[in-house]
Amino acid sequence: MTANTLQSERIHHYLRPKKSFPNVWCAGCGNGIVMGALIRAIDHLGLDKDNVVVVSGIGCSSRMPVYLDFNTLHTTHGRALAFATGVKLAKPNLKVIVITGDGDALAIGGNHFIHACRRNIDITTILIDNKIYGMTGGQFAPTTPGGKIATTAPYGNYEKQFDPVQLAIGSGASYVARGTVYHVAPLERMIMGGIQKKGFALIDTISNCHTYYGRFNKEGDAVAMINDIRKQAVSIKAAATMSEDKLIGKFLTGVIHETDATEFCDEYQAMCERVIAKGGK
Amino acid sequence: MNSKNSKARLLQGNEACMLGALYAGVEFFGGYPITPSTEIAEGMAREMPKRGGKFIQMEDEIASMASIIGASNAGCKSMTATSGPGFSLMQENLGYAYMTETPCVVINVQRGGPSTGLPTKVGQSDTMQARWGTHGDYTSITVAPSSVEGCFYETVRAFNLAERFRTPVIVLLDEVMAHMREMMVVPEEGEIEVFKRHRPDVPREWYRHFEITPSLVSPMASFGQGYRYNVSGLTHDQDGFPTAKAKEIVEKLNKLRRKIERYSDEIIKLRTEKMEDAHIAVFSYGIVARTAFQAVKMARERRIKVGAIQPLTIWPFPDEQLREMFKNVRKVIVAELNMGQLVHEIRRIAPRHTEVIPLQRYDGNVMTPSEIFDKIREVVK
Repeated sequence: MTANTLQSERIHHYLRPKKSFPNVWCAGCGNGIVMGALIRAIDHLGLDKDNVVVVSGIGCSSRMPVYLDFNTLHTTHGRALAFATGVKLAKPNLKVIVITGDGDALAIGGNHFIHACRRNIDITTILIDNKIYGMTGGQFAPTTPGGKIATTAPYGNYEKQFDPVQLAIGSGASYVARGTVYHVAPLERMIMGGIQKKGFALIDTISNCHTYYGRFNKEGDAVAMINDIRKQAVSIKAAATMSEDKLIGKFLTGVIHETDATEFCDEYQAMCERVIAKGGK
Repeated sequence: MNSKNSKARLLQGNEACMLGALYAGVEFFGGYPITPSTEIAEGMAREMPKRGGKFIQMEDEIASMASIIGASNAGCKSMTATSGPGFSLMQENLGYAYMTETPCVVINVQRGGPSTGLPTKVGQSDTMQARWGTHGDYTSITVAPSSVEGCFYETVRAFNLAERFRTPVIVLLDEVMAHMREMMVVPEEGEIEVFKRHRPDVPREWYRHFEITPSLVSPMASFGQGYRYNVSGLTHDQDGFPTAKAKEIVEKLNKLRRKIERYSDEIIKLRTEKMEDAHIAVFSYGIVARTAFQAVKMARERRIKVGAIQPLTIWPFPDEQLREMFKNVRKVIVAELNMGQLVHEIRRIAPRHTEVIPLQRYDGNVMTPSEIFDKIREVVK
């Protein structure tokens, strides 16, 4: 069975259908696509459910762990990575995955985000990047493009944007990728790559919020928005052969950055062993 | 603890807290530097790697509090240490720990406030914050020693209470006690009881992370043990899933309060001096209690029938115990290093025949025995 064709019965093996459904997401939301990709990635890697911890903050995307049959920690706004850091350092054998949104990770959680990258702690972070605050009703985020309408930018957004990919690379993450909710098979591979990578992994996942962003900015329904995402996405391989003019209005996808930097928990363990070998000095 | 530790040692309060935490079996420390609590983090950075424990300096106090909650859910006895401004930043996730019933210990070495205030001076102005600091309804357990030895024992007790009742426990210190040095004998291993949280022994499918048990305290599984539960700061049912059902909301909030109120006799700890025949009482905690005991001694030498009461548990407040003690007390002096916090609690519970007299100092200095003694002489007239 390939990662792409996981049977629905098998999907149910990873869900908590009794207690947590129906989910809170709007019909057509990209969050469900990402959840499917995550489940297939975990299934493909053959991870033991008991050893997977999924941590999230607050927002639409952060409701995901509640539906998943792993060890799940739905925390406070922006703080998921700080909680996840505690879990991972306490029990480095656990696979820790963080689900977050662009507002959660980059505004209120920006400090935790850059420091988790800097430590290069072995946490896989899936940032569902829909350019807006969905749960609170459509306010602008640090990723909302200039000129776009949001409830707190009624005359158009005049703030500059964060690029989570560049932020993660600049902060020291060892695996940085960008996927989309249209390109599901590559997204699954990126999630698998992130989980397998020893170190901090970011998968910036471009998604749609047709309910707010799309409606306010007249970008159509879920299908229209996902279609636009498809058109704007350029794989890093294809981009290498394209002129700068052709890349205007596009964004790069694929594994954008990968290094073999040492990992935080490994470094801590190595330090402890050195200290103990020297008789605690 | 090896035998050389059992001899009397000259320790400061912060060091005694650290040793108390190690005695209690702390496995994870997450913190951020802040005066006057930093020696606790520094000690942990030195000691934890030698013992297989985990130390991490987080990016701020918000993250420190988050990290210890994460570690506690992963099965570790966890703690942090801070002071006023950091304690303010911790309130958000402290609330998460109350809501998710996650055991952990937070040491707050109090300094003068508000805001950045007096980083190197003493204060007791976080007394109410320790009870009501985070939003929402909950009940706090807060303990407060008054000596270096007390720092050790109360930190051990804080861990025991946290593990016993699945809740955060706050240890309130102050700048003077944190940096004051006294001789103390560190007890041998096994001399004091060390409690570990109850673990579930039911099959996986029966486990409910927030089960309302007859004791009101739910057994707690750790991540990775196979129970795969959900933890959420949203108001949740017994399985940890968000709920908006009135019955489940009330059940949850009642549990948070009652699991502590029901055991208040077990949690409350008071120390008294010469209260048997006292008509006047001095009520104070922490470093002020040291002063008060001395003032009572001075007054007794002048045959004034005065006693002292010191709560080592501040929250839950010892309502019943104090009402009993106040039966023959005409005047109670409430001495605090703030503009009046516990005095309101005393006013709330004092019987009609007991006059409540505040004595406050908030200039960044400790109260002297003669200040309290003068007040005793003034009220005795």
